[in-house]
Amino acid sequence: MNLGLFIPELSLVTFAIAVVLLDLFIQRKGWLVVVSIAGLAVSAGFSIAMWGGSSQAIFNNMLAVDNFALFFKLLFLGIAALVILASTDYVSKFARFQGEYYALVLLSTLGMMLMAATVELISIYIALELTSISLYILVGFLKDSKSSEASLKYLLLGAVASAVLLFGMALVFGFTGKTQLGEIAQAIQAMSPQTVLASPGLILGMVLLVAGFGFKIAAVPFHMWVPDVYEGAPTPITAYLSVASKAAGFAIILRVFYSAFGLPQWLSLDWGLIFAVLSAIGMTLGNIVAIPQTNIKRMLGYSSIAQAGYLMVGLAVVGFSPAADIVGRSSLLFFLVAYALTNLGAFIAIIAISNKLNSDLIDDYSGMGKRAPLLALALTLCLISLTGIPPAAGFMAKFYIFSGAVNHGLLWLVIIAVINSVISAYYYLRVVKVMWLGEPVSAEKVPSSGALRVALSLSCLGVLLLGIVPGLMMRLAEIAAKMFVF
Amino acid sequence: MSFPYLTTIIFLPVAGAILIAFVPGLQDRVIRRIAAIFTFVPLALSIFLFAIFDKSAGAVGVFQFEEMVSWIPAINAHYHLGVDGLSLPLVVLMTFLGFLVVLISWKINLRVREYFAWLLLLETSILGVFCSLDLLLFFVFWEIEVIPMYFLISIWGSGRKEYSAIKYVVYTLFGSAMMLAGILSLYFTTGSLSMVELAQGGLAMIQSIMPATPIFFLLLIGFAVKLPVVPLHTWLPDAHTDAPTAGSVVLAGALIKMGGYGMIRVCVSIFPQVAHQYAPLLVAFAVISVLYGAAVTLRQTDLKRLIAYSSISHMGYVLLGVFALSQVSLTGAALQMFSHGLITGLLFAMAGLVMHNAEERDLRQLGGLARQMPIIAVVFSIAGLGSLGLPTTSGFAAEFITFVGCFSSTAVAGIRVYTILAVFGIVITAGYILWMLQRVFFGPVLEKFNRVKDADNLEKGYMFAFVAVIMLVGIYPAILTDVIKLGILPIMGLLGG
Repeated sequence: MNLGLFIPELSLVTFAIAVVLLDLFIQRKGWLVVVSIAGLAVSAGFSIAMWGGSSQAIFNNMLAVDNFALFFKLLFLGIAALVILASTDYVSKFARFQGEYYALVLLSTLGMMLMAATVELISIYIALELTSISLYILVGFLKDSKSSEASLKYLLLGAVASAVLLFGMALVFGFTGKTQLGEIAQAIQAMSPQTVLASPGLILGMVLLVAGFGFKIAAVPFHMWVPDVYEGAPTPITAYLSVASKAAGFAIILRVFYSAFGLPQWLSLDWGLIFAVLSAIGMTLGNIVAIPQTNIKRMLGYSSIAQAGYLMVGLAVVGFSPAADIVGRSSLLFFLVAYALTNLGAFIAIIAISNKLNSDLIDDYSGMGKRAPLLALALTLCLISLTGIPPAAGFMAKFYIFSGAVNHGLLWLVIIAVINSVISAYYYLRVVKVMWLGEPVSAEKVPSSGALRVALSLSCLGVLLLGIVPGLMMRLAEIAAKMFVF
Repeated sequence: MSFPYLTTIIFLPVAGAILIAFVPGLQDRVIRRIAAIFTFVPLALSIFLFAIFDKSAGAVGVFQFEEMVSWIPAINAHYHLGVDGLSLPLVVLMTFLGFLVVLISWKINLRVREYFAWLLLLETSILGVFCSLDLLLFFVFWEIEVIPMYFLISIWGSGRKEYSAIKYVVYTLFGSAMMLAGILSLYFTTGSLSMVELAQGGLAMIQSIMPATPIFFLLLIGFAVKLPVVPLHTWLPDAHTDAPTAGSVVLAGALIKMGGYGMIRVCVSIFPQVAHQYAPLLVAFAVISVLYGAAVTLRQTDLKRLIAYSSISHMGYVLLGVFALSQVSLTGAALQMFSHGLITGLLFAMAGLVMHNAEERDLRQLGGLARQMPIIAVVFSIAGLGSLGLPTTSGFAAEFITFVGCFSSTAVAGIRVYTILAVFGIVITAGYILWMLQRVFFGPVLEKFNRVKDADNLEKGYMFAFVAVIMLVGIYPAILTDVIKLGILPIMGLLGG
């Protein structure tokens, strides 16, 4: 057993249990936040200590411990920490189950960490379910009608997606006789193209996998749940869903498609094209439907569908480029980090504002530039970053990901993507306009807690840093992109 | 390494902006002074650079005051700054306008803190465009300008300001989206983002991934939106008209010059053969811009809108000069950018004063103001005469050189016909400028304007500065053309002429 390499996960699960137990005994619930953050920090500490080491597989080649997995683990831990910091105000209003809230966030983080590390179909499914089930509960945490509806909708559609995914896995297994990704790859490469093409099993299995994972990353046409769930869920959980859950989905897609179906080249061109088409549809639909939205959480829901479209440009590049070319993968990782910081920043600002307003309507943000100048400035920066205007991180991320696409003959997709960026400017800037140009509804200031300010400052700082000096993060992403294949 | 002059010039304004935005409790008075100081120092520095700029024949094609630091190793991008004869005059122009617009904005009292912060950020971004020698850096500065301009128009503007502001943003982003696709294609066909290397290597570096022509046009669209070239011009009248006075001055004075500068620096320098091949088409667009712009200007009844439309016509001369592709015509185009920046800047400043003092900008309602505001009338007339190209103003020098250069160009077939057509633009210009001056300042004195005041001392100060530079360049254009020539000669070398 290689338990030593499993320490980040083990420590996190220990802290998650500790949070639940602690909740029973203590009155001052503030300690729960401290313990949760400590758990994340400890786990991150172990992960950092392993960074840069040689890649290994543990538990009979079920889990990989490579830089790719560690990169994502650190990303998830960071996101979870920011979400927990931003949740404190929100959760302190709950009468009960505060401990469960934090514990479930930690457990879903654990699920995502496993998702980034698994290299075997069954454990992929289990990791995915651990993540999803925690999230179903968190989405319904408010227990009002919208939140319950969101939770039920997420659960039902999620269950369908899981079934589709399982069916896809079964087909792939039936075709190759293996569940371990590296062995699947070997089995496929051993066959002649005629064998593969003679039966639709493998291609159909791949398509079903795309559908099952597409649900996680909110790719059109598997995006139906997004606006309702984003609107109904507690705002910190919406933030968490929109960044961590999506990043985990991309991690697993990269892992599966790159490791198992990366070769031969004609196969990867096939799924590359699927992702390219989904990407074009996703960003166009997401951006156009976002324009008429009046609720900011719904708008960001559609915006996240569009962002998933930009991210899939990266997947298409991975499919179109030779396996040795890492630009597709590293640009995807960089985009995920930039997107996570940006979207978290936007949602944290929204959490602070909606705590005061008890409303998520864009019109109610009127005059926010006067009532809460710093919050409004932070939200403006994040929206500019989502549009992809320098000097924010979103620009560098798009530049990097599109550069790979242009290099591999996807100029048509890049042109669709840049035109989409122009469309998106319209609705992102509408929020900016309302905040700075509108008249304030009341003169009351909007207060925010210290924890929330820390989280917001960290994400905005990150957005600016990645936008102005992206070199270091690109270097890290390149190291992580050299994925280990068994 | 020598003192980083360009970095200092570019980033002083944004340092001022950060100071203004984040230091709590500043009074409006103090904010204005900070803004003035943080724009005056770059002006002084850029004039100093102009003075010590090496103008000898050995400096042809050499970028001076160069700074280069690796920025993003993964994509071979550098923080690379430098100026040559082409960009230095534009840097001087921008710092000049940057300082004067702070004075022009002295009476703004709505949300003063934000106003000056955005104005200073705008100056940084435009200066960055003129100094960048790396395409990614160039693009970053190019894009940063959108946000401050959006706020300046939509908060401190007038009329349909929010519509105009978002229209400006969408047009600009559309243009820059095309440009981004072009830059990426260029990067992957050549593996370089350095404008210097790309210009020196020319098309020899281009491999077979993509032919040069589509890249040329992707980039050209980005610049053509900004210049603007008919039919991509419709954002301009709205944005110029509804922007606050300072916004209009910067827009017309420096911002649209980014388009012309980009065409020379990127399209012509990197793609000389493609530029040569398509020059007849682009020259035709130039003539359409000149004549259509001038014709539409004739029937404007709004003072600011009239000046805005005249810019389209005058930028047509720039396009004509650039794609006539002769040494004299390119020099003329560069000089026309400088001269138009001053003259239209002054026109907008004067229109702003008329608007502010008389509280009216509809030409049908104005009249006889020469009696109430004699100084403004004189300066406005000088600017107007500059615009129609009267000798001793910079407008004459620039347009004369452009036309001579175009007419004698051998690079484009049929250029003489186009040039003659474009010269008619001047006749129309004379028509609308004189008509405008007559409507505003002459004719019967109107009772309702009896209490209207003339310029105060501050306003006289900046008017004088504008007029002095316009006259200086008009009487002694060699002060600029000798410098511009240093930047144009290497391009002629690339064109093989």
